[in-house]
Amino acid sequence: MGEQKSDSDLAALRDGDEEAFQSLIQRYHAPMLRLAMAYVRDRGVAEDVVQESWLTCLRRLGEFEGRSSLKTWIFGIVINTSRARRRKEARILPFTAFWRRDDSDSDRPTVDPSRFGADGMWRSGPAIWENVPESKVLSDETMQRVKSAIDGLPSKQREVIVLRDVAGLDALEVSALLGISAANERVRLHRARSAVRKMLEEYLK
Amino acid sequence: MTCRQIVELMTDYLEGVLSQMDRDRFEQHLAGCDGCQAYLAQLRMTRNVVGRLASEPIPEATQRDLMEAFRGWKSHQA
Repeated sequence: MGEQKSDSDLAALRDGDEEAFQSLIQRYHAPMLRLAMAYVRDRGVAEDVVQESWLTCLRRLGEFEGRSSLKTWIFGIVINTSRARRRKEARILPFTAFWRRDDSDSDRPTVDPSRFGADGMWRSGPAIWENVPESKVLSDETMQRVKSAIDGLPSKQREVIVLRDVAGLDALEVSALLGISAANERVRLHRARSAVRKMLEEYLK
Repeated sequence: MTCRQIVELMTDYLEGVLSQMDRDRFEQHLAGCDGCQAYLAQLRMTRNVVGRLASEPIPEATQRDLMEAFRGWKSHQA
């Protein structure tokens, strides 16, 4: 479904169809911004990166060969643009500004071990979120907290959770874009979702 | 399998990459465990809530700038 939509997008874009471009912006701009923020520290810089990415997409549209979906291609351009910008910033900012503890590829437990008894079974089971009022789950404050939780993750996890769960790319597309194995992609996704879940659990209780 | 092991397999389960045998054991555990069912539901909900970030509003000025860039690009194409 996504592929076919992309193909008709592509033809319309090449024809200069403004509505087609507007619709791409509506669908991809927010995920693109989230993604750029996984690489550069500052929202202003991320906005700049996304703007530049859109311009690059237009400039290179003629070269797009359809070996991936248009969507994957666009997010690939955001990654390249973001990484280039990060390298540039790293030359200016002290290196330590980018150093953070990174457990992205570790197999350490994602749930506090004290939640389980000696037998490995839940000591106190997780809450049923279906009982939390939807107005709270979907409130602006919840969304702010979700954003902060994602912002607090190491880049390796951020790029995966954003590409998968915000941009909606599939596992194969994401591991290919990031040049990581399928297993690595899953570990990072698992850690990222687990971390966001943990934050939500604290907040929703 | 224990709950503690099961929670670490949940993404593999959701991604559909568990072997048939592990999948069976996973589902068997799940069927009898309210805690793990609740946890799996939380992970699914987490995924859905994160997905809502895709529909964050775009500032009008940004949209205007981009549409202008598109028109500029288009006029160069012609």
